[in-house]
Amino acid sequence: MKVLVPVKRVIDYNVKVRVKADQTGVDLANVKMSMNPFDEIAVEEAVRLKEKGKAGEIIAVSIGPAQAAETIRTALAMGADRGILVKTGGEVEPLAVAKILKAICEEEKPMLVIAGKQAIDDDASQTGQMLAALLGWGQGTFAHSLELSDGTARIAREIDGGLQTVAVKLPAVMTTDLRLNEPRYASLPNIMKAKKKPITEKTPADYGVDAAPQLKVLKVTEPAKRVAGIKVKSVAELLDKLKEAGAI
Amino acid sequence: MATLVIAEHDNKALNDATAKTVTAASQVGGPVHVLVAGESCKAVADAAAKIAGVEKVLLADNALYARMIAEAMETLILSLADRYDAILAPATTSGKNYLPRVAAKLDVPQISEIVKVVGADIFERPIYAGNAIQTVQAAAGKKIITVRATAFAKAAEGGNAAIEILPAAADPGLSKFESEALSKSERPELTSAKIVISGGRGLGSGENFKLIDKIADRLHAAVGASRAAVDAGYVPNDYQVGQTGKVVAPELYLAVGISGAIQHLAGMKDSKVIAAINKDEEAPIFQVADYGLVADLFQALPEMDQELAKRGY
Repeated sequence: MKVLVPVKRVIDYNVKVRVKADQTGVDLANVKMSMNPFDEIAVEEAVRLKEKGKAGEIIAVSIGPAQAAETIRTALAMGADRGILVKTGGEVEPLAVAKILKAICEEEKPMLVIAGKQAIDDDASQTGQMLAALLGWGQGTFAHSLELSDGTARIAREIDGGLQTVAVKLPAVMTTDLRLNEPRYASLPNIMKAKKKPITEKTPADYGVDAAPQLKVLKVTEPAKRVAGIKVKSVAELLDKLKEAGAI
Repeated sequence: MATLVIAEHDNKALNDATAKTVTAASQVGGPVHVLVAGESCKAVADAAAKIAGVEKVLLADNALYARMIAEAMETLILSLADRYDAILAPATTSGKNYLPRVAAKLDVPQISEIVKVVGADIFERPIYAGNAIQTVQAAAGKKIITVRATAFAKAAEGGNAAIEILPAAADPGLSKFESEALSKSERPELTSAKIVISGGRGLGSGENFKLIDKIADRLHAAVGASRAAVDAGYVPNDYQVGQTGKVVAPELYLAVGISGAIQHLAGMKDSKVIAAINKDEEAPIFQVADYGLVADLFQALPEMDQELAKRGY
């Protein structure tokens, strides 16, 4: 069973983003970039399936600039077998990403696509669901656990009220939530081995997809800042202040 | 043309997020219709019909929609899409699950988690965990939007909309609901509570969350948690407040033993009043707190419990 894992190159989780003065976006110059944390969880899940003998080949796909090859190398070092880099300039919206992934799925015929539930840059949370719809597949989003048997993925999902388990027919798309697993760090020998694993380079045009954004970003601004308030000395004073503020 | 809002509910009661999404929908324009899809959910449709500004309620009452499974919701919403210019759903785990499928099938981008309607086709939405606000203009064609409910006021009651009964759309047969394990609580729901008290890694164990529960009971507050506390298994996942958990904006947010990572702040910084108790005076939470108390929570919480009792809470 082939598994496809899309991985996105984003600003590192620990970096404090700065909005550009000209309001065209956030400053990406000289900022540490990493694999989207939810995608790391996706790669880990695929590798665990492989280790349990439930998955065969794992293909990592990234759609982005030339440097997204590094993100694919990270996935390869974690245990993915080969990569596909679809090179684009500029931002690509989730719908275009989903269209490219659909074309790749039609070529590669994976039984399962494991994607992150959202990317921590645009916070859109759309790609997995869109891909499933375009392929006419079922989906299990915000996955907390996965069990595969008899052509079915049994996925427990993190929902607002707790957990919900759905049985989804394969092939299917699953998107990962935080508690699905804890991703491994790639070992040095595996990082070396990953350098020899193949990455195929493509463009959106190879898949007949127009990757130009459809939404127009008019501006990107700083959110309203909260100013630090005061320190109180005791629990009683805290309650007095909250009472004065009408909060309790 | 009209604007459609997909109702959030549990088949018994309408979730507040719906009336808040109706407010956003009214700002987008056109008469507002509400789709209630569920099973044995007539009471929900009746409640939706009473929201001021709602012109019509569409009721799809069928076992197929009992859990609002994404694939079935997609087919149902697509069967109605011709009638609408814009389709909005609250950005709950449910809305986030089905709406992107609808957008993809209509071949239009989705605009996720709007926090402001600037114009009929211009919206503000947070990106990078709320560290930047993006103003976007919708593309030509239908507008498919999820709404961060906490950013909008609840539409008033007083409406009297007609209810149209819809037949069920086809069953795509791709997935089926198996089971649910929901957290049971007598407390108010996290995203609509007036007061939220959240605990973090500083609590040290699930058992110690009882200290928070006591205060929550006195203040009729909901209980939340940081990702660290959820990851450590102190409390279930549905307690998580933050970029990838729930976004809350109560009258009072009391953070206890939470350092204040940007991902957590993303989920609570729009609260009206923020108070924090932390023993580390350098904790970033104090940079956004209106009132900060540097103290050991294991002393401060029992003291707060007694003090509240003394004051008649």
